[in-house]
Amino acid sequence: MSVRAQVLLWTLQRLSAAVLAVCVVAHLVTMIYAVRHGLSAADILGRTRGNYAWLGFYVTFVAAVAIHAPIGLRTILGETFGWRGTLADLAVLMLGVVLALWGWRAAYAVFA
Amino acid sequence: MTAVMKNDFRARNHPAYWAFIVHRTSGLLLAVFLPFHFWALAQALQGPQALDGFLQWTQHPLVKFGEIALVVLLAAHMTGGVRLLMLEFLAWRDWQKSLLAVAAGVSMAVGLAFALNVI
Repeated sequence: MSVRAQVLLWTLQRLSAAVLAVCVVAHLVTMIYAVRHGLSAADILGRTRGNYAWLGFYVTFVAAVAIHAPIGLRTILGETFGWRGTLADLAVLMLGVVLALWGWRAAYAVFA
Repeated sequence: MTAVMKNDFRARNHPAYWAFIVHRTSGLLLAVFLPFHFWALAQALQGPQALDGFLQWTQHPLVKFGEIALVVLLAAHMTGGVRLLMLEFLAWRDWQKSLLAVAAGVSMAVGLAFALNVI
């Protein structure tokens, strides 16, 4: 991988981390609040259905995760397991695409 | 050779090394968990009953224990990540040495707050 591409991945990893820091704090606060009286579909969907603010939040959250997780996994695969190269890059790229599509599907599921 | 092993041990016996292990392990476990999380939420596509059916399963004590562990992992990965961003992007200050303790403390506090509400 070229130096330019590595710098791009490094930057994307930090930018997505900064977005995730905000999203995760909001997610943790929501979870701690939401589980007080037990989780139910009515409670969850009552909060999220038709709510564009929550949809925007989850779409952004998923996008940041889909960038952050594959880049982190690529580092672990290379440094800990010694798996580097085009095949490893393609595998983590696929993971990113799957995470984005599945995550946005989940966001749509609780919005629609 | 002995000197190398000694240095190796000392490097690995440092709190920052354990923070590195926690960050990598929590990141890996969270990446494995995410597809299941997305699958569970997507049950809502089949209606609220399908989602409720899944949520019923989460009442099992072992699942609740797993949820608490996941919350601690998420908080630990987040606080550890913020610590790294502060080390990389802010000018060095002495208080940054204490960030490890702050990260660990906040993670445990978040896990405890979640545990007290979910049990």
